[in-house]
Amino acid sequence: MMNRANKPDIAKGYIRAYIKKRVKNTWKEMKRNKISYLFIAPFLILFILFYFVPVLSSIGLSFTYFNILEKPRFIGWTNYVNLFFADDVFLKAVKNTFLFAVITGPISFFAAFLIAWMINDLKPKLRAFLTLVFYAPTISGQAYIVWKFFFSSDIYGFVNGWLMKLGITYSPILWFEDETYIMPILIIVVLWMSLGTGFLSFIAGLQNVDTSLFEAGYVDGVKNRWQELWYITLPSMKPQLMFGAVMTITSSFAIHDSLAALAGFPSVNYAAHTVVSHLIDYGSVRFEMGYASAIATVLFLTMILCNKLVQALLRKVGS
Amino acid sequence: MKVKKKLRLKRSTPNHSVAGDVFSFAVLILLGLFMALPLILAISNSLKPMDELFIFPPRFFVRNPTLNNFNDVFVLMAESWVTFSRYVFNTVFITAVGTAGHLLVASLCAYALAKHKFPGRNIIFSVIVLALMFSVQVTAIPNYLIMSKIGWLDTYLALIVPAIAKPLGLFLMKQFMEQIPDTLLEAARIDGANEFKIFTTIAMPMVKPAWLTLIIFSFQDLWNLQGSNYIYSEELKTMPYALSQIASGGIARAGATSAVAVIMMIVPITIFIISQSSIIETMATSGIKE
Repeated sequence: MMNRANKPDIAKGYIRAYIKKRVKNTWKEMKRNKISYLFIAPFLILFILFYFVPVLSSIGLSFTYFNILEKPRFIGWTNYVNLFFADDVFLKAVKNTFLFAVITGPISFFAAFLIAWMINDLKPKLRAFLTLVFYAPTISGQAYIVWKFFFSSDIYGFVNGWLMKLGITYSPILWFEDETYIMPILIIVVLWMSLGTGFLSFIAGLQNVDTSLFEAGYVDGVKNRWQELWYITLPSMKPQLMFGAVMTITSSFAIHDSLAALAGFPSVNYAAHTVVSHLIDYGSVRFEMGYASAIATVLFLTMILCNKLVQALLRKVGS
Repeated sequence: MKVKKKLRLKRSTPNHSVAGDVFSFAVLILLGLFMALPLILAISNSLKPMDELFIFPPRFFVRNPTLNNFNDVFVLMAESWVTFSRYVFNTVFITAVGTAGHLLVASLCAYALAKHKFPGRNIIFSVIVLALMFSVQVTAIPNYLIMSKIGWLDTYLALIVPAIAKPLGLFLMKQFMEQIPDTLLEAARIDGANEFKIFTTIAMPMVKPAWLTLIIFSFQDLWNLQGSNYIYSEELKTMPYALSQIASGGIARAGATSAVAVIMMIVPITIFIISQSSIIETMATSGIKE
């Protein structure tokens, strides 16, 4: 009887001893690896200070009213309620952001892959040249400003100039002042500059696919380049595809600078307003930091969620 | 039939038809033109004299190239109390210091994560991968508050220091360093070399391609940084900021705007041309494994 009553206590004792031992061992392990922590310390301290703490405090601040002058005041879910039920501009921004993300994200991801795939068969010199041509817009920074010369609102813009010369229109079209044109033009511009880091990763991945697999596939009855792509190339590139997807998703939800430079900030009737634009509006213009933090938190969760979702999808590739 | 089969096998890609090759090349040329034309226009416009910028119908290529627009950039800004060369200096300074710091700090951390086994390394790496999944805008507001708390607002530090801890560089460097053979490091340890010595004399020289990759990505971020959130003083502002100011002058500044855009893009593109093969080599290990 006594024995049975003591059993849980004994078990608890064991568990406690086990945990103590684990902690002690880990501590010993950590002390033994002092030097490793010295290596990671500089990066980790900066990372915690400028990435980790900001994300956490952004979540914290999103539940407050905070205008920098006064101390933050806890207001519960109010910011989120206002965001989703009282802020029409935010809803429009969400719509625009998803429009950009859903159109430009997948297109630039697949385009980056297909272009890398087509380039891959070429001779090294030509391949290097084309890599440069396709990647140049991504690294040219604010070169997107040139699109203003194509779509400028006067007769000196290329598109207006040619439309009028050919007699299609008689007066210049105000491309960035007319809501019907803003989005399509900006989507073209964003696609132009969005092949991005994933593109390089794809090129590298494709060059390292084991070529003997292709010949083996040929013997096994792979008939054309599309079957080859699906059964051989894609499965051996999964890690690069994952990386490319992360890069694409993250940047396609963060589009703002190019839009602001071309369509103005805020744009006509908020036609090119994205969630990031809204965040900047409240954070850097109106200094409503609590509200802006709620926007940042929504953006953060959306990015992480979409990334996890797409990763789950990509796991199915080639199976 | 047999001969044909052999012939096709000789190609590095046995399952590709010639018609398909021609089609894909045509697609590549079309897309390539779409990518290249805007940049060519920027260069062409930057060389156009005033009268060629404003003609109807507009002409794509320049007829009488001139460097007046580049001259204008400096003259235009000479009238304001901060000269254009000051913006150039700021951007060059921020980019150089930030990139060098990033390379050093990220490599140190990457080396330990890739080659040392210590408690917590897996958690740290997963957090880094998670950090690739959101963009800098998410952290902008708390960063502003942190900067103002530690008194870094309106200094170069506000732009340089956060860039040093960019997760992308650490991620790429760590993945690339995994390739360094452990036996090599072990041999050096047996010879009595300490970890810092191994890092500087063995690990770093072996990952030179990754250096260039970290440099170009960090460079790209810093070179294009407007940073006007953190910087109020005109004399500390950056070149991208100056460009946006000139561009907001509208159509009358079309020539000067193109000139600055060309100055802005020529540097990263040149670096990319020089380092392309190293970058591709590094990106081969960039994959995210499950």
